[in-house]
Amino acid sequence: MAHLLQRVAQSRDAQAFAELFENFAPRIKAYMIRQGADPTTAEELAQETLLMVWRKAGLYSDTKGSATTWIFTIARNLRIDRLRREVPWQTFPEGQEEQASDDIAPDEAVSERERRERVHAVLATLPEDQHEVVLLSYIEGLSHSEIADRLDLPLGTVKSRMRLAYQKLRESVEDLR
Amino acid sequence: MTNKIEHHPDDSTLMSYAAGSLSEPLCAVVAAHLELCKACVHEVHAMERIGAALFEDLQGSPINSGTQEACCKAIGQPESNAKIPDEPQDHSVLTRILGSKLADIHWKRLGFGIWHHPIKLSPNCNGDLRLIKVAPGQVMPEHGHGGSELTLILSGSYSDEFGKYNAGDLSDLGDDVEHRPVSDSLEGCVCLIASERKARFKDIVSRIVQPLTGL
Ligand SMILES: [Zn+2]
Repeated sequence: MAHLLQRVAQSRDAQAFAELFENFAPRIKAYMIRQGADPTTAEELAQETLLMVWRKAGLYSDTKGSATTWIFTIARNLRIDRLRREVPWQTFPEGQEEQASDDIAPDEAVSERERRERVHAVLATLPEDQHEVVLLSYIEGLSHSEIADRLDLPLGTVKSRMRLAYQKLRESVEDLR
Repeated sequence: MTNKIEHHPDDSTLMSYAAGSLSEPLCAVVAAHLELCKACVHEVHAMERIGAALFEDLQGSPINSGTQEACCKAIGQPESNAKIPDEPQDHSVLTRILGSKLADIHWKRLGFGIWHHPIKLSPNCNGDLRLIKVAPGQVMPEHGHGGSELTLILSGSYSDEFGKYNAGDLSDLGDDVEHRPVSDSLEGCVCLIASERKARFKDIVSRIVQPLTGL
């Protein structure tokens, strides 16, 4: 996916964009529906996300960064702005301010594909109660308090389940330092 | 910032931020901390990859055939070919949150040695975000119970049972923790405080004001 995004950024390649659209638009629509949008709005937001990808592709420069993560953050910010009507203070990942991974030689860096496989593998092994809160937070867009209400749990329990899940996931998602 | 940041948001708070599910006032405080803290930026990027993996696992929803065509046509239009200029980064997160420079804030007196400045949130947003300024050697507003609260030290410092909090440090105590922060004896303290709930902050404010008005 990263090569498609780079073709969009560097040569404004409409064919690469069409491939990105086919790959991401249905999932962005599904994401927006899970976040509470009706199907029509969800499709509009999917379209809008992809148009923003087209316009902002130049900001995606990191050759090691994951295109999926970058597009996820655009969809996430758009959702905060449109569905929640709040200010998205979240920034994009792998921005120019972070150069942490620059000193890693290419052969040392975990390839995006390997990393993705590892994250999915760890996610699959999370205990059900931890997997549940992680999904409610990332995909349903619920705050910790909303999760606590939904599951009828103390806020502290929700937070500690999130923490435990992250301890297991951390190694698979962190950059090598 | 010369001193090292020692107090950071809880992992669960950073995860919620990365997921985009942290409410606006808490999110603003975390964003202001991230601007000062590379370690947490690094952590948030890792956490965004969890979101991307879950996003990737979603079963796609079919897109109407006309939508893609319209979208691909739209990128051929001259106005959408114009690249968006990079977001205005000339202002710090704090300046954007406040809508002005910290030095230009108009403080309102809350009681002896305590001033505040409420910050406007999006209209449909619950919660509370405000600046608090405390004179030197003063006991700070106590955090109560229920809901999440975050405090970012902007200048000066305070100390409590958990240590000393300097500029850039963020206090993210659980809702079951009680503490009695005391502001620095020379400089006092300026903080950005976010609360998930509206009423709760009023409780806190009334708790500081009450003893001073003779109960
Ligand atoms: Zn930090």
